[in-house]
Amino acid sequence: MSNAQEKVLLVTTSPHIRGPEDIPRVMWTVVGALAPAGLVGVYLFGYYALFIVILSVLAAVLTEAVIQKYLLGQPVSVKDGSAVITGILLAYILPPGVPWYIPIVGAIFAIAIVKHAFGGLGNNIWNPALAARAFLQVAYPAPINSDWRVLKQGGIFSNITGVDSITQASPLFKEFGGKTYNYTDLLTGNVPGCIGETSAIALILGGLYLIYRGYVDWRVPAGYIATVFILAKFLPAKIEAPWANDPIYHVLAGGLMLGAFFMATDMVTSPLTKKGLLVFGIGCGVLTTLIRFYAAYPEGVCYSILLMNTATPIIDRYTQPRLLGQGKK
Amino acid sequence: MTGELNTLFAIIMSVVFVNNFVVARFLGLCPFLGVSQKTESALGMGMAVTFVMTLASAVTWFLYNYVLLPGESNLLGLMLPGVKETGTVDVLKTISYILVIATLVQFVETVMKKTSPALYESLGIYLPLITTNCAVLGVALLGTTNAPQHLNLLEASVQGFGAGIGFLIAMLLMSGIRERLALLNVPQSFRGVPIAFVCTALMALAFMGFSGMVSW
Repeated sequence: MSNAQEKVLLVTTSPHIRGPEDIPRVMWTVVGALAPAGLVGVYLFGYYALFIVILSVLAAVLTEAVIQKYLLGQPVSVKDGSAVITGILLAYILPPGVPWYIPIVGAIFAIAIVKHAFGGLGNNIWNPALAARAFLQVAYPAPINSDWRVLKQGGIFSNITGVDSITQASPLFKEFGGKTYNYTDLLTGNVPGCIGETSAIALILGGLYLIYRGYVDWRVPAGYIATVFILAKFLPAKIEAPWANDPIYHVLAGGLMLGAFFMATDMVTSPLTKKGLLVFGIGCGVLTTLIRFYAAYPEGVCYSILLMNTATPIIDRYTQPRLLGQGKK
Repeated sequence: MTGELNTLFAIIMSVVFVNNFVVARFLGLCPFLGVSQKTESALGMGMAVTFVMTLASAVTWFLYNYVLLPGESNLLGLMLPGVKETGTVDVLKTISYILVIATLVQFVETVMKKTSPALYESLGIYLPLITTNCAVLGVALLGTTNAPQHLNLLEASVQGFGAGIGFLIAMLLMSGIRERLALLNVPQSFRGVPIAFVCTALMALAFMGFSGMVSW
């Protein structure tokens, strides 16, 4: 931001109150709100999950620092925590047994292409972590899709990639022969899945805290989850699993809670208007259910949010509030 | 009847979302990148393409079934008996389509200028621009093939219309993004077309979510 712009912004009538909110405070609060889900993930999937999270965060932070320092010649702003969040979110939506290079490639793609090619923090159109996940899905389909492992016995000292673990069908496995998990397991997170998405309760707690702090608008998660709930109940499903039209199962399983509370609500990539946020949430819900019911991928959260990110500028355009005194069109 | 309606619905869903001409097949990228800076012009372009694609699909369907395919219905076969056995698909398909589409568009433009000046004004320069658009040729080629199945006239036209709508939606989304890009702090080396290509790629990634939604 140039000096002239700052001066324009500073000229207001007194009194002026300086709020304590700034970017690092918001970002580190989000990191804190994400922590419980990660702890559950590490407890469930062992130390290797923690290793993946750390790799992803390190790669994201390093990429941001290198790009800012050597390519753009900007001041390095890794301390604001936004790259850390991207790294954490990316690791949370990866399966726990992925090879070590997957989170690194993903984090570099997220930060370099999805974030800094657009101008860095506050300028990106798509959520970097989700776009990286979609990229990895295309680039490394085998390690991303095939292996949903769980530990034979819980405990962080077990190795998810080795003999301590067995492969199990993921909760959203659509074809015949899948496994249905009960609500308690889905709530606590005792199911196979990505590192940070399994425990609905930890994610709901973190998300509610962010709503309470005012960092997240309730309209997005509420619209998202309610839409999935209603559509999952009434839409004719093309799935052979017994949970096909079980709305509670659809809401608790997969990445819905993580997506609804932490990814769809990303301030940069979601609409600015209140009506737009509701439209955004409902759109995510519709697309998620459609993809889960009819498309090839088992889970639709990632793609639905990316698609709605794509539509965000158009949503903003058509949901601008009427100015005071301006007539209706 | 229901079966036919289901087929048409599947065709539309397929060409609008699953196999979107721009972000899944990467056809028609030149107008997609060239005319997407402003939403108004993107809408105009999208509507012009929809119009031409629908017409082109219908006309090339006749061409394919009555001039190109071998068999009793081949009109060329009336004069040249040899064509009845061989057909002219191999030698004439692409070139005749380009010729027919270009002529058709010019013809439509002339008629429209006289009969409906308002529509002509709103489509403006875009109509002649898309005569040789690869997406239009693409939809004509895809509508007149025997694999995976032979389409009837209605199905081919609906496929053309749906492909145009898919193009329109992609244009609309892209124009919104590019209007925002103009306000962003994009690095110098990425400004303009490079970042638009990055956007197209990321849009294509997002649209991959639809894959497998309809088996068409």
